[in-house]
Amino acid sequence: MIDVLVNNWPLFAEGFVSTIELFALAAIGSLVLGTILATMRVSPVPVLRTAGAGYVNIVRNTPLTLVFFFFVFAYPRLGLVELSFFTLAVVSLTVYTAAFVCETVRAGINTVPLGQGEASRALGLTFPQTLISVVVPQAFRSVVPPLTSVMIALLKNTTIAAGFSVHEAGAITPALSERGEPILLGMLWIVIGFLILVLPLSAMQRTLEKRWRVAR
Amino acid sequence: MSSVLYDIPGPKAKARNATFGVVASLVVIAVLGFIGYRFAATGQFDPLKWSWLEYQTIQLDLLNALKATLSAFVVGAALALVFGAVFALARLSDHAWLRAPAAVVVEFFRAIPLVILIFTLYYALPKAGVTVGVFWSLVIGLTLYNGSVLAEVFRAGVEAMPKGQSEAAYALGLRKSQVMTTVLLPQAVRAMLPTIISQLVVLLKDTALGFLITYQELLFEARYLGGLGEFGRPIIPTAMVVAAVYISLCMLLSWLANYLERRNRRKVRYAGAAVAKPTVAETQDELKIDTLQAE
Repeated sequence: MIDVLVNNWPLFAEGFVSTIELFALAAIGSLVLGTILATMRVSPVPVLRTAGAGYVNIVRNTPLTLVFFFFVFAYPRLGLVELSFFTLAVVSLTVYTAAFVCETVRAGINTVPLGQGEASRALGLTFPQTLISVVVPQAFRSVVPPLTSVMIALLKNTTIAAGFSVHEAGAITPALSERGEPILLGMLWIVIGFLILVLPLSAMQRTLEKRWRVAR
Repeated sequence: MSSVLYDIPGPKAKARNATFGVVASLVVIAVLGFIGYRFAATGQFDPLKWSWLEYQTIQLDLLNALKATLSAFVVGAALALVFGAVFALARLSDHAWLRAPAAVVVEFFRAIPLVILIFTLYYALPKAGVTVGVFWSLVIGLTLYNGSVLAEVFRAGVEAMPKGQSEAAYALGLRKSQVMTTVLLPQAVRAMLPTIISQLVVLLKDTALGFLITYQELLFEARYLGGLGEFGRPIIPTAMVVAAVYISLCMLLSWLANYLERRNRRKVRYAGAAVAKPTVAETQDELKIDTLQAE
């Protein structure tokens, strides 16, 4: 069983390394974009709110494969900056995941009771002070566990890039199939690889959820 | 509108917000305008690139592709609901020998990426002597993954029922299976219906993964039509049409989920629980529903 892994070690190693790269870049990108979208959605400016809501509603109802399809096949036809398949995959994952990050952050801000903000303003705290010392610390607790779920989903979603010429962990299977290796055993290793990546994240999520739920 | 972050604006803030509003509108218009301009500049609005829509054979092909997408969705959804119900019941069972394996199965299929699951079914099973074909590779993959998520949803729904419900039912002399089927499940399903439908939206979106194993659904058709030289390789127009179909189908289902959720909430208020705005717990549940869809 170990033979499959040893004989194709470069295939597995490169696959998982690029999966982790995809994940890390898209995670950072989507956290930034998602937070910007969330600030738009809770802002007192109606145009920004509508734009944010429009983005989220459209992206959330689009299959990720279609987002990939658009960026990989259609975007190059627009004659803009040429990007590699890897970059296009990062962009697709970022655009898609940002919508979910936005919703999570927004819902998190909404869990902070209205009175908290009003009380801090009544005490004369400025906007940054209210945000930093009252709202964010409370919202943070209810945002992090679900945000971890979004990130786990992102990690699993990176495998879709396999269908669009990016050699990450999802692409190992077709490659093994081509080489005539025993795929079922190969799959087992891929699954183990993903379990190693996912399980710590979900364990962390569960712990945080339990610990912070009590604190409220 | 007062929120946690912003007070009701006074005259100064109103003026400032109005300025932001104008700037934001300009930026949004500029972005959309730029996209439109690039489309126009690269000839995406050429009549030739849209003329494929006029051919009856292509229309029929598109319709067939839509049928392929929908049949994968319907079969997958039906099987996933059954799978979810069975495994939820197994996980709620009093017998550890049923509970433990069910938990392992559900956790396993939730943890591995659906693409890997579908690839295994498509590439690896034939080597082991079982050929399932494209359609069933996709459908079985969708069933195992979404069924496992639904199992957790059902289980959470049953566990969220007040203890008094099952206690009262047992006190009336109902058997274990009767308590489950006549008292707990109907209420749990009703309460969890919005979440269940949200998960079905995920399933519908995931049918697009069939594209990766050349299942001839909408995306596959779009790719094929987009490569046709006689229409000037209209990949952007085909992508737009297919996107419109996917997005409207998913939005319809999402809207149904939202509608049911609002209705559930209203019912609770009528029942005298008397909370007009969602409580912290409710918003947290909402958080969970939202994140579920990310998958």
